[in-house]
Amino acid sequence: MHFLVANEILYCIEDYCIKAFCKLRTSRSSLTEDRSKMASIRCFLRSGKSAVSVVLRREFSKTSPAAVQVNVRDALNQAMDEELERDEKVFLLGEEVAQYDGAYKVSRGLWKKYGDKRIIDTPITEMGFAGIAVGAAFAGLRPICEFMTWNFSMQAIDQVINSAAKTYYMSAGAQPVPIVFRGPNGSSAGVAAQHSQCFAAWYGHCPGLKVVSPWNSEDARGLLKAAIRDNNPVVFLENELMYGVPFDLSEEVMHKDFVLPIGKAKVERQGTHITLVSHSRCVGFCLDAAAVLAKEGVECEVVNLRTIRPLDVETIEASVMKTGHLVTVEGGWPQYGVGAEICARIMEGPAFNYLDAPAVRVTGVDIPMPYAKILEDHSVPQIKDIIFTVKKVLNM
Amino acid sequence: GIFVTSGRSMVASSRSYADFTPEKVDLHRLEEGPPLTATLTREEGLKYYRTMQTIRRMELKADQLYKQKIIRGFCHLYDGQEACAVGIEGGITLSDHLITAYRAHGYTLTRGGTVREIMAELTGRRGGIAKGKGGSMHMYTKNFYGGNGIVGAQVPLGAGVALACKYLGNDQLCVSLYGDGAANQGQIFETYNMSSLWKLPIIFICENNQYGMGTSVERSSASTEYYKRGDYIPGLRVDGMDVLCVREATKFAADHCRSGKGPILMELQTYRYHGHSMSDPGVSYRTREEIQEVRSKSDPISMLKDRMLSNNMASIEELKEIDIAVRKEIEDAAQFATTDPEPPLDDLCSHIFANDQPFEVRAATPWTKLTSTS
Repeated sequence: MHFLVANEILYCIEDYCIKAFCKLRTSRSSLTEDRSKMASIRCFLRSGKSAVSVVLRREFSKTSPAAVQVNVRDALNQAMDEELERDEKVFLLGEEVAQYDGAYKVSRGLWKKYGDKRIIDTPITEMGFAGIAVGAAFAGLRPICEFMTWNFSMQAIDQVINSAAKTYYMSAGAQPVPIVFRGPNGSSAGVAAQHSQCFAAWYGHCPGLKVVSPWNSEDARGLLKAAIRDNNPVVFLENELMYGVPFDLSEEVMHKDFVLPIGKAKVERQGTHITLVSHSRCVGFCLDAAAVLAKEGVECEVVNLRTIRPLDVETIEASVMKTGHLVTVEGGWPQYGVGAEICARIMEGPAFNYLDAPAVRVTGVDIPMPYAKILEDHSVPQIKDIIFTVKKVLNM
Repeated sequence: GIFVTSGRSMVASSRSYADFTPEKVDLHRLEEGPPLTATLTREEGLKYYRTMQTIRRMELKADQLYKQKIIRGFCHLYDGQEACAVGIEGGITLSDHLITAYRAHGYTLTRGGTVREIMAELTGRRGGIAKGKGGSMHMYTKNFYGGNGIVGAQVPLGAGVALACKYLGNDQLCVSLYGDGAANQGQIFETYNMSSLWKLPIIFICENNQYGMGTSVERSSASTEYYKRGDYIPGLRVDGMDVLCVREATKFAADHCRSGKGPILMELQTYRYHGHSMSDPGVSYRTREEIQEVRSKSDPISMLKDRMLSNNMASIEELKEIDIAVRKEIEDAAQFATTDPEPPLDDLCSHIFANDQPFEVRAATPWTKLTSTS
């Protein structure tokens, strides 16, 4: 797959530039300035993102006194490293996770540190190794099973659903399945139809699974640690385009036992006029849209789902009851999707009476992902789509 | 045939059954196989007899209850194949692990389940081994991972259990069973590959009962030599109707695994008297004559009984007493299974997640409040 080589080169260049900038930074230059510079370099390397959006995102992801800046890839890497160290029953298996350092370098350095027993390269046989991972969980180990992308999980989906998700129930509690399935989900850049599907709705449909979809580094770190410590099957949906994006992480977040609760959404931005609910990379787009809309006096409340299943409907309801308007934003297809579920739940619950307008979804376009850049750009929700939708819902 | 000694006399037991015959063990990539002689003690003989008879009677009772509509859904009966489950258990210990497909009632018993809780699971009662949540295909005990409904899926699961055994260094192994129908599944070949690469302590066992549902082995498999299908994995084929053959082969396979040599594959040639499941009369794709011939010439329980009687290891009366005791056990179990109440509705949503706080579950309508507990 040639796109992997190209991305690797990008990661190396990005890492080099970030390190170079860190060295150049003096006490005179401000954090914001530096991040802007790094952001511009990233823009240059990954053409197709608007520079404005990247800079804006950096400002809004600021948290209180940052201990360190960590990108999503490293957050995942550190989380796995710490959990491997903490519990010797934890191990990682998947294609290229060991000697290749991970197809997307998420498991970089782990094989060197932990060796063949705990970091296992598998042949290209998803159904087989997913089944092996589930069986290992049956017998008391705590496997992390990586799918190189979630598209390939379709080869193994029977093991995820029928062997992992349902077993605790079928056995009336006799057989827990403490497994994490993880990998990049959803659209990437230029990888075309068979490598771009979002599986949040598919796995989110099934009882017995927990389905998690982190956005930033704090999410990635806290939710992956929580997933590994959870005694239940967790589907962990990462995003390849977020891997290289840095975020500030406080000392508290960097603590070895920092975990985020699975099943709890986070309000990333307070607002009063309208609620934007999203997950994964689209959370960033919502924040960018909110920044633009703020200039026109529209204050959006942005809710980061963090978990697809169980869905934190209470947080969404509380927000909708405050703002009276709801837009859901996701990268996946519209039909029977995450947004559809959220709208249905709002209809059925107390928040409906507070809606001043119908709840609306912003989604990926209902087509297989095309290859040509111009087509691909028009297949996914863009910031302008979110802004347009907000204005429509608010009748502006 | 197998030479049997009770310590008092040596007798060659011979049995002829045209289609099944292995007079010897067939070997694949093995220099030598299990011994062609076995020692059967009286205690072992009585134990095997009783266990096989229990499985037989339990399955026949399940047949009855199914026809009375007290058992519903899927019910795949094991009568005819008893020597496999009992022989395998004779070659391993309860600290070893085992996983099989949906024809699992016999294994649930040999792996420590009781007839009561197995039958109550079939009738869907709260006293069932899975509290009525699983049914025929989803029964579990310690070191027994079901009971699996998806053909072939249990094989990689079994390799995962074996991986855990190796990882934890506990000298245990996992027996992973599948039928002739499942033997063509891709995921099984994926499992052969990884088990061999990583030298997992797994015994693959193909219970070849000649038919995958209604499709005979000749019609489903380009190669019906299932013990060779592991290619680079050493294999052996034995008479699955002879509990001693099965036991000795299993012991041999277990030694192979425990010595760190990696996986091994056993094919057991066996036969099921019932159709594929209770909804299959079992005669549209095979003849009644064939079924009758196996019953009269190769029935595993009769074979063991004859062997013990002819070696003076037990008397007819003794074996009759066991029969009566087994019948009573089954009757009591059936009584329990038909009178025990169904699970409480509170249990509807329980056991979704382990070790979790109770949480709300969406019911059929938005107004009903249901709670799930671990």
